Amino acid sequence: MGGGGALLKIDNIHTSYGVIEALKGVSLKVKEGEIACLLGANGAGKSTTLLTICGVNKPTKGQITFFSRTINGLPPHEIVEEGISLVPEGRRVFPMLTVYENLRMGAFVRRDKMGIEEDLESIYKNFPILKERKNQMAGTLSGGEQQMLAIARALISRPRLLLLDEPSLGLAPIMVEKIFKIIKDINKSGATILLVEQNAALALEIADYGYVMETGKIAMEDKAEKLLKNKKIKEIYLGG
Amino acid sequence: MLLQQIINGLTIGSVYALIALGYTMVYGILQLINFAHGEIYMIGAYMGIIAITFFIYIGLPDISIALTLVLTFLAAIIFTGAYGITLERVAYRPLRNAPRLSILISAIGMSIVLQNYVMLAQGARDKIFPHELKIGGELIIADAHITYTQVLIMALSVLMMSGLTWFIKKTKVGMAMRATAQDRRMAGLLGINTDRIIVITFLIGSILAGAAGVMISMYYGIVNFYMGYTAGIKAFTAAVLGGIGNIPGAMLGGILLGLLEALGAGYISSEYKDVFAFAVLVLVLIFKPTGLLGERISDKV
Repeated sequence: MGGGGALLKIDNIHTSYGVIEALKGVSLKVKEGEIACLLGANGAGKSTTLLTICGVNKPTKGQITFFSRTINGLPPHEIVEEGISLVPEGRRVFPMLTVYENLRMGAFVRRDKMGIEEDLESIYKNFPILKERKNQMAGTLSGGEQQMLAIARALISRPRLLLLDEPSLGLAPIMVEKIFKIIKDINKSGATILLVEQNAALALEIADYGYVMETGKIAMEDKAEKLLKNKKIKEIYLGG
Repeated sequence: MLLQQIINGLTIGSVYALIALGYTMVYGILQLINFAHGEIYMIGAYMGIIAITFFIYIGLPDISIALTLVLTFLAAIIFTGAYGITLERVAYRPLRNAPRLSILISAIGMSIVLQNYVMLAQGARDKIFPHELKIGGELIIADAHITYTQVLIMALSVLMMSGLTWFIKKTKVGMAMRATAQDRRMAGLLGINTDRIIVITFLIGSILAGAAGVMISMYYGIVNFYMGYTAGIKAFTAAVLGGIGNIPGAMLGGILLGLLEALGAGYISSEYKDVFAFAVLVLVLIFKPTGLLGERISDKV
């Protein structure tokens, strides 16, 4: 494949929780402008992979490069400044901050006040419900609204790479559809996306490239449309 | 009598409130009862007296008493701020990922260390607030006497508490402090340097405690190395009363506790003054452990 066009390159990383090795040599690439998705069963190591990219978990072995810069070993707050944002599993909005304050915290690393105001306006335009509730505590929002807020909060830092962890989890089907449309739109407007999802069918539909994880390793990888047709994938993840 | 006791209660209550804020802010972010916080307040009181003694030596009060007082407060809060930051660095940060009990024991250890260090450095005897700088004069309303020292304490406390409220509510760093208290890992994932936020929290708490120390030495005129212990427990009670982790709660708890103590001392017996505070602590813990303004205590995942 070569290194051309790879925005994020993970090379043989190992990550452990105590004595348990959660990642046993994961390698993957995300090319600039694409949506890559990471599929797999519960406990396969998908979230751990994202948290390792973000610097929450430190890899014991291996290398992560972003824009040809090695970023493993940096603390999370410095990795954000490199241009990587995470929408974590379970959304994790700050429940006792208002919607506006949550967004303001998303822009913490930015210094350009004018630019932040502009981006806030465009976010309010794209997510009218957030504008309506901007002075409301985030904890009072519905699950879907919190997911929108979590995505908007990640976007306002203007990331080069957006990591999404199970954005459909616990949402009503109509909300899931809405969120996936938003993800597609974000990608069209220029952001590269790495998506972790249990809903494989949905993820592969919007993704360009897919990886399948099994017990801490990449078990399979291919173009998304090929994975969708793959017999094994169909059996295990797409329900036959 | 009633009005007099209310004034006395508000005075001592605002001092409790200032100290309680340090407990509650650190608890909010680290879920740690910083047992050494009372010692920071005690060090503030000592620094006030040391600074004033120095200023008297160079003759500053002859030029301006107000300037001397301002510089005294400044010297005290600079030193207590430095102590607070050092405390966090030395005793708490290395234990950030250790079991919670370890960091609690470290806090108790630091409290003992600081107390004994001041005893060795300054001697075990009481120190007297220099009478040259006692603010004389009082207002008389009805038959209550309000000394100018009391007015100064209340005014300064209100000023600092409003300043803090504004800072926490409106500034970016204040917002980041609240975010860090609610979900430290997520705050880090948004680019907030949470270690720095924790340092700022200790700095602010220590500044408030240092100022409270200077005020109390002006008020009681006497300072000793074990004064941080009782004051610390009372301020902790105030924080629990208001709901630990809750900033307006600490202010409310401090004021209420001060009033309760003063009224109890006035109408029941001043011998039992300390009993009231601890009775409150026990009652709150039994009947409303989340405190008056406390939020629902949720288990962290």
